[in-house]
Parts: sequence; structure tokens; C-alpha cells
Amino acid sequence: MTLVSDVSADKHETADAVLSMRGINKGFGAVQALTNIDLDIYPGEVVALVGDNGAGKSTLVKILAGVHPQDSGTITFHGKTVHIPSPTASRALGIATVFQDLALCDNLDVVSNLFLGREIGSFALDEVEMESRAWDLLRQLSAKIPSVRIAVASLSGGQRQTVAIARSLIGDPSVVILDEPTAALGVAQTAEVLNLIERLRERGLGVLLISHNLADVQAVADRAVVLRLGRNNGEFRIADVSYEDIIAAITGATDNVVTRREAAVRVANEEKKK
Amino acid sequence: MTQTPPVEADAPSTPSDLQDERLIRPTGFRENINAQIKRVRTGDLGSLPVIIGLLIIFVIFQILNSAFLGPQNLHDLLSGAVAIGVTSIGVVLVLLLGQIDLSIGSMAGVSSAIFGILLTQAHWPEWLIIIAALVAGALVGLLYGFLFVRFGVPSFVITLAGLLALLGLQLFILGAHGTINIQFTSFLVEFSLLNAIPTWLGLVLVVVAAVGYTVPALLSARKRTAAGLSAPRSPGIIIRGAVLLVALAAVVLYLGTGGDTAGIEDSFVMFVILIVIMNYVLTRTRWGRSVYAVGGNVEAARRAGIRVNRVYVAVFVLSSTFAALGGLLYAGHLGSAGLDSGSGDFNLDAIAAAVIGGTSLFGGRGSAWSALLGILVIWSIASGLGLLSLDSSVRYMITGAVLLLAVIVDSLSRRSRAAAGRA
Repeated sequence: MTLVSDVSADKHETADAVLSMRGINKGFGAVQALTNIDLDIYPGEVVALVGDNGAGKSTLVKILAGVHPQDSGTITFHGKTVHIPSPTASRALGIATVFQDLALCDNLDVVSNLFLGREIGSFALDEVEMESRAWDLLRQLSAKIPSVRIAVASLSGGQRQTVAIARSLIGDPSVVILDEPTAALGVAQTAEVLNLIERLRERGLGVLLISHNLADVQAVADRAVVLRLGRNNGEFRIADVSYEDIIAAITGATDNVVTRREAAVRVANEEKKK
Repeated sequence: MTQTPPVEADAPSTPSDLQDERLIRPTGFRENINAQIKRVRTGDLGSLPVIIGLLIIFVIFQILNSAFLGPQNLHDLLSGAVAIGVTSIGVVLVLLLGQIDLSIGSMAGVSSAIFGILLTQAHWPEWLIIIAALVAGALVGLLYGFLFVRFGVPSFVITLAGLLALLGLQLFILGAHGTINIQFTSFLVEFSLLNAIPTWLGLVLVVVAAVGYTVPALLSARKRTAAGLSAPRSPGIIIRGAVLLVALAAVVLYLGTGGDTAGIEDSFVMFVILIVIMNYVLTRTRWGRSVYAVGGNVEAARRAGIRVNRVYVAVFVLSSTFAALGGLLYAGHLGSAGLDSGSGDFNLDAIAAAVIGGTSLFGGRGSAWSALLGILVIWSIASGLGLLSLDSSVRYMITGAVLLLAVIVDSLSRRSRAAAGRA
């Protein structure tokens, strides 16, 4: 637990963070899910939120998404203290959340899904405008969707993930939260989504990436925030740390299953050499 | 991670929606035809099975009895289909949400009973009675919607209870009167049984329909081209508009040859106009889009900010109101309101029509036009068998078989769509 390298102080000031959480607490009945959590997201930065099952990642995301509010603590958005009582409020602020189950309507085409709930047109829908905007958006993301007039059900997993992420950008958010975006994807599709995340960063958005896959985290994240048992357990600049350091913070010790196994393998290898 | 470079957006020759090199793009006439055939083979059936079925039914009955396609019989067929067809529009809406309304027949019965009693006993003016019956329908739908949204009771159960309760209400309203005959001077009887539109008006409506199809299509094509998207070519649109004009005009003129008792009934024109309106609402408005979204994935719709509960309530209200309107037209067409108005056939035919017409029972897929196509299939069978003097036992069996066939086609095309990536 001594591996905490304090990176938030050396480069960034809290003032220019697009989203800051300070001293967040959240309890469910007898369980204290989150204790005194701090989190900053800066524009043009991918922050990975990592932690074991039950570490409180989802709870934290749900607070930001407005699913349930925190018990105490403050959320600052663009320098102003805000309350996020509902999903609509979260979206209105400019926080876009892409949940793991994507929430797409399979029977509707890509354009309808992208603009669902925010259709363009006063009385009659302006399909032409929506379709050309859809193409603009997908091109900006270099998304590989062959046609925007085919039903979403016929798209691959990566393409569906792309549509879900693109949809989150329709409202022009400043923070995008991605909950396990690569969990169900193959190698190539994962790469596509990782490219997409980099493109969100290039657009100057703050990205909060929740992932169990440390390879993905190391591939795209600038910073990793580790939660353990509902508390902050370290914050790393990805470039500075190794895989083992993050594992250690996630599991809570330098002596853990993973390190023991690696040590054992190392010993075994050395013995083989002999 | 090796990927082909993204397609540049500023290639001027290709519309921006056709730039992906993987897109199979039909060019030329023959390839366009082949693309259509492929669409059908992969389960994107649209209205095709119903239209083919309808043509087969027409041919068979015409061979068996040459009066079938006569102007008089077609008039009777079309005007007889209106009451249940209008009710079926409401069923289409409910099915689009993946729900069901089993009480439409009873609702129609209640509305025809209200009409009969208020007209012959209370002597209300007819327009007021029509409004009262429609309001009664809306209130019943509101109650269904409330029960569904508030308590989450499945619509199957709510409307099954409604079926019984409304049937009781119908018996209660009619009370000792039994069947009430309605004078032929009544507006509703004239509207749905006696009056056909004059041929010239029919032709005017045909022109309006053809122009109403062609002009918006041309404008939209121009707008798409201006926005750099692909668009259907103008000659194609104009040819389709012309074909529509000629075909509809031929039908109107043919029906006009039947003399005073034939022609196109007023109520049938209203039925078609209602379908055109509902089709517009479903495909071109925000509300219509939200109906399809809720039918496809409720949770996604809710997260997209759609007020899902309002959609449910609105659809149940519309469904019951259409049923009330259907009941009024039914009473007008029969010239009476009785204990058996809206029972049995009415209920099942209205639901079967929506399904036969191609609206999926699984929600999120279908069109307002399926009410018209479905009811035409059912009434053609009824009318044809009637001409052959076969009794209703055969009719029920055949209609049952057709319904089963329609549901099998729905399920198969669903499976095939999933396999071909068109779900």
C-alpha cells in the first residue's frame, strides 16, 4: 500500500479539471460502498478506473450518471459544484455514460438509434439532416459502419459499441464514461474501440474508462485510479508504472496471488536453466 | 491493428452514405431487381407475402365464382371491412409496443350500444353521441394505460378483464331493449352503408394521393442530393407516382361502373385516410419513432429520455378509441346495435387482421398499412365463401389457417433476418 505515487499534484491543478469528486461517500444499508473517494478528470485525458469486483467502480459511475446520488461529498463540474439527482440531469450537464449493455434498439437503424430521444425536426423528423450529421460524426470517429440505414441488430459487437459511443457524443458532452466497453469484444473489435477512445481524447473530452482488462488500460489510459474496498488505493501515471504495480494496488498487497505465481514461475525457470 | 485508411469524406462523385467499400451497391436495372429479390430471400419481407396472398385469394375465388370481382361484390367487401379494419389500426399500435388489447371487440360493442341507446331512447344529436362513444373509448384506454404503467400488470390480463367487464357493460346498457334497430336516415348508416362517393370525387382523391406521394418524394430526393447523400432518381419516382395514379384511377372507375349501389363507400375513404395519417405519424414523427423504440427495447428507450409510460398510455387510449370508432361504424353498417355486436368474430378478426397484414407479435415491427391488407384478406375469404354459399364453419377454419400461416411467416422471417443480419 506504499505504492501510491501522487500524480495529481505534480502536473495538474484542480482548477482545470473538468470533473472533480471530493470526499464522496455512499452507503447501501449496512454496507459502506464508497468511503471518501477523490477523483479528477481532465480534458483530453483518459482515466482508467480499475479495481476488483465490489471495489465500488459501478457505484461511482452510477453517482456520476445520476442513477443514485452520493450520501456526502462534492462533485465539481467545470469549476461549479453540482448535484446530479437524475440521469437526465447528468446528461444535461454534459456527462455521457455508455453502459455495458449498450441500450440500443435492435429494430431501428443506426440513424434512429444515434438520435433516439433527441431527434431533429420540429414536427416531422428531418431524416436528411440526421443522416448527414450521423455520417459526419461517424467519420470524425473513423467508425467503420457500412451503412447507417441498416438495423443495429445486423452490426457486429464492435460496431454496436461504436454506435453506442457515437450516440453519447450527440449531446456534445465534456466527459464520457465507458463501462467495460471491450468486455464482450474480439481482438480486432477491441482494437477498434481503443482507437475510438483515443479519438475521444483527441477531441478534448475527458474519458473515464472502467475496465477489468489491464492490457486495455495500459494501451489507452493516461492515468489509472485504483479503488479497493470502496477507498482510493492509488493513482498511477500509466507510463511510469508496471502491470504488477497496478495489480498490487488492486489486490491490496505486493504479496498476492499474481506476484506469488510469477515468483514461482521465475524460480521454476531458473531451476530449468540449471 | 492494421486497418485500411478511413474513406475520405470529400470524394465528390460518391454520395457520403455510399462510400464504404464493403457496401454492396446495385447499379443498373437488373442488379436493382436482384437486390430486391435478395432482400426478400433474407427475410425482409415487408408487405409482399400479404399482397401475394391477396392476389391468390382473388384469383381462386374469381375462378370459382365470376361475381367475386364484380363491382357490386367488391363494394360490399370493402365497405364491410371498414369497421373491423379501423379497429385493427388500434391493434397494430398495441402490437408495435409488444403488447395486446383483447378487449377491442367488447369496446366496440359498448360503443355501438351507447350509440343505439342514446339515439333511439335519449334522442341525443348524432354528432354528440359519436363524441360520447369516442370519449368512452378513450377513458377505457386511459384506465388500461394507468393499470399497466402503475401496477405493471401484463396487458394480456388487463384487457382480458376488460373484455369481460365491457361485455357486461354492453349488456347492462342495452338491458331489456335487446337489439336496437337504427333508422336508415341516421348519418352513421348513410356514411357506412348507403353512401358511396361520386366517381369524380374518387378521381380527385386519386390525383391527390398520387401528387401527395410524388411531390414529397421528389423534394426529399432533392434535399438528400443537396446534403451529399444518395437519392432515388427523379424519373423512377415519377414513374412510380404515375403507376399509382393509373392503378387507383382504374379501381375507382371500375367500381363506378356498378351503378348506384356500388362505388367506394364514404367510410372506406375515411378508413384509408386514417391509415395514411397513422402511417405518417408512425414513420415521420418523434412520437412514432418512440413507439418503435419502446417496442424494440423498452430500457433503451427509457435511457434515451423517452417518456415510456406516456407512450404506453397514449397507445392504449388510441387503441380503445379506434375500437369505439369501429363499433360505431359497425352499428352503422349493420343498421342495428345488438347484444352480439363486437363479440366473437369482431375481436378475433381485428387482431388477426393486424397480424396477417404483417405486424409482428414480437413488437417493434409493422406498419399501419397492415390493418388494411390484413382485413382485406379476411374479408375476401369471408366474401368469397359467402358467394359459394359455404357456411361460417368453413370460413373460420380457413381464416384460422391463414392466421397460422401469417404467424409462421412472421417467425420464419424473423429467424431469417437474424441469420442474414437484417433483424
